[in-house]
Amino acid sequence: MKMMKKLTASALVILGLGTTGAMAAGDSAAHTENYDFSFEGPFGAYDVNQLQRGLQVYTEICSACHGLKFVPLRTLSDDGGPMLPEEQVIEYASQFEVFDPELDDFRTAVPTDHFPESNLENAPDLSLMAKKRAGFHGPYGLGINQFINGIGGPEYIASLLTGYTGEEKEQAGVVFYENTAYPGTWIAMAPPLYGDDVEYADGHETDIESLSKDVSAFLMWTAEPKMMARKQAGFAGVVFLTLLAVLLYLTNKRLWSSVKYRKED
Amino acid sequence: MSGIPHDHYEPKSNGEKWLHRRLPIVGLLSDTLLIPTPKNLNWMWIWGIVLTFCLALQIITGIVLVMHYTPDTSLAFASVEHIMRNVNGGHMLRYLHTNGASLFFIAVYAHIFRGLYYGSYKAPREVTWIIGMLIYLLMMATAFMGYVLPWGQMSFWGATVITGLFGAIPFVGETLQTFLLGGPAVDNATLTRFFSLHYLLPFLIAGLVILHIWAFHTTGNNNPTGVEVRRGSKEEAEKDTLPFWPYFVIKDLFALAVILAVFFAVVGFMPNYLGHPDNYIEANPLATPAHIVPEWYFLPFYAILRAFTSDVWVVIIAETLTGGIIDAKFFGVLAMFGAIAVLAAVPWLDTSSVRSGRYRPMFKWWFGLLVVDFFALMWLGAMPAEEPYATFSLIASAYWFAYFLVILPILGVIEKPLPQPATIEEDFNAHYAPNAGGTKTIVKPAE
Repeated sequence: MKMMKKLTASALVILGLGTTGAMAAGDSAAHTENYDFSFEGPFGAYDVNQLQRGLQVYTEICSACHGLKFVPLRTLSDDGGPMLPEEQVIEYASQFEVFDPELDDFRTAVPTDHFPESNLENAPDLSLMAKKRAGFHGPYGLGINQFINGIGGPEYIASLLTGYTGEEKEQAGVVFYENTAYPGTWIAMAPPLYGDDVEYADGHETDIESLSKDVSAFLMWTAEPKMMARKQAGFAGVVFLTLLAVLLYLTNKRLWSSVKYRKED
Repeated sequence: MSGIPHDHYEPKSNGEKWLHRRLPIVGLLSDTLLIPTPKNLNWMWIWGIVLTFCLALQIITGIVLVMHYTPDTSLAFASVEHIMRNVNGGHMLRYLHTNGASLFFIAVYAHIFRGLYYGSYKAPREVTWIIGMLIYLLMMATAFMGYVLPWGQMSFWGATVITGLFGAIPFVGETLQTFLLGGPAVDNATLTRFFSLHYLLPFLIAGLVILHIWAFHTTGNNNPTGVEVRRGSKEEAEKDTLPFWPYFVIKDLFALAVILAVFFAVVGFMPNYLGHPDNYIEANPLATPAHIVPEWYFLPFYAILRAFTSDVWVVIIAETLTGGIIDAKFFGVLAMFGAIAVLAAVPWLDTSSVRSGRYRPMFKWWFGLLVVDFFALMWLGAMPAEEPYATFSLIASAYWFAYFLVILPILGVIEKPLPQPATIEEDFNAHYAPNAGGTKTIVKPAE
């Protein structure tokens, strides 16, 4: 068994060393900044105020082009989310027009409707953006740091929003903008934030980085609305199973003690 | 049931006797649960329980997920999001199910390598081994089809690549591929048949598990020494064994609880760690992902599939000899299935008369290298198909085949094994003997 352990350890080393090289050889241009978010780590939780600010940034800026088609508007009042009061959700929903197949016409949205889809064909839906762009793969490509830092999706979004260098180029009539976080460096989306783009009711800072982090946190929630419930269930599971393991360990020890330490016949 | 002599179930009350005359099911269950088990089993013998648990977990969570899932290309992705957002506890059910598949494969690989090291495949346990391999094949088919159901980018392109493998078979390939897909390409017909089979296969696995247990209950468990339990009399057998209940049930449950604590930490705190982010993008037949990577548990065989490119000399020879019928693509497919076939054939490839690797000084090293090779292939499967990975993949694939086809047959002839203990009792007492004075206090279980 000792040898098995050694071999496993050396296999892991080989795995680790090799993958570092691969990572370095890969998308060397794209850089994801490791921003701190309140919801990282096993005990991290969403900051309700930040989610509400992020909702505001999304509504006033992102939603001009992008959609959140998988997110029901009513969930804005859910626990573990932005927790808007229900009358505010009704009010918020009423600003959208949605197509109702039963009426065969557009009507004012109600909380049971979803957020509208993207307005532009090449503007991707943002519901799951924080999960489909994992920024973190290390150390050694094993991704174990996700345990502490999360998958890196919101970090990627914030890095993208703050990553414009100001350079642009035109290709076949389309303008591309240089961005240090975008995998191909040149992105078709024009810089959406310039700082002070929205006015927060709570007087929170509105520089580009703050706005980016707020909307990234909000998009993490749209991608993983049950994160809080999941972590609680996971924690309860770990505690319960650890206790069970201790009890079973003691039971097992006592059960076997009469076999392993027999009195001489 | 087993060939090891032991006390059998005797119905006592009138009710028990009545049932026993008509259906001896209590006796069957009792004999199964109280089967004499070698008392020197180590911690590598816990994976069977973990695997049984995984199968139950996957079937139970799966049945509930099916209540909310829609197998239709236009609705599948949205229905998974519906499960994640609207179904009570749906996010936990789905994360338990997806990560449960990974736990299932971790356990099955540990279980298989346990068998390879301790020679559990050797006579008279070949049938147990073959049934196990069939279970493993069905597990892979089930996991692959399950991964297609969320209809993300990796679902779609993974299905395209893997079914394409069958298309590489000469003459019948294209027909076969069309039959598997239900059409010329991955589409709604593929999704619905994969859904149907993903639901069916686990029950076939459950049936095979029963046969697997029946088979090794007939031969008795292997054990770390590879020495058989003495069967001359009940008294003799009792010196080598303990009943499965309670000794091994409690031990296995303890191990299961530890493993599940780690499992719940993963499900609760990093449930997407083992998944590919691209599968959160809805399937799009017009946009191919930059890298199409299978799930981690397929990577070793995926690496073998890709290792044999058209510039490798064995491939060139095969292609020349067969007049182009075996091209590089088909060779890769043959190699991949061959890698599993040699694993299944190991009872007849290993020529050593010594069962356990513990008493095989040379075997130990080659086996250790095989474990390293397996991890290396897993890593290489995730790397892009370019140098130096292509060469590494070829070397690692070559070792996989060499181990089964060359090293194991030769070792049995040239290796000088170490002395083995005469009995299991001797091995057990060497580890857990009473202290020299024999005055060790006896701890009696609480009554």
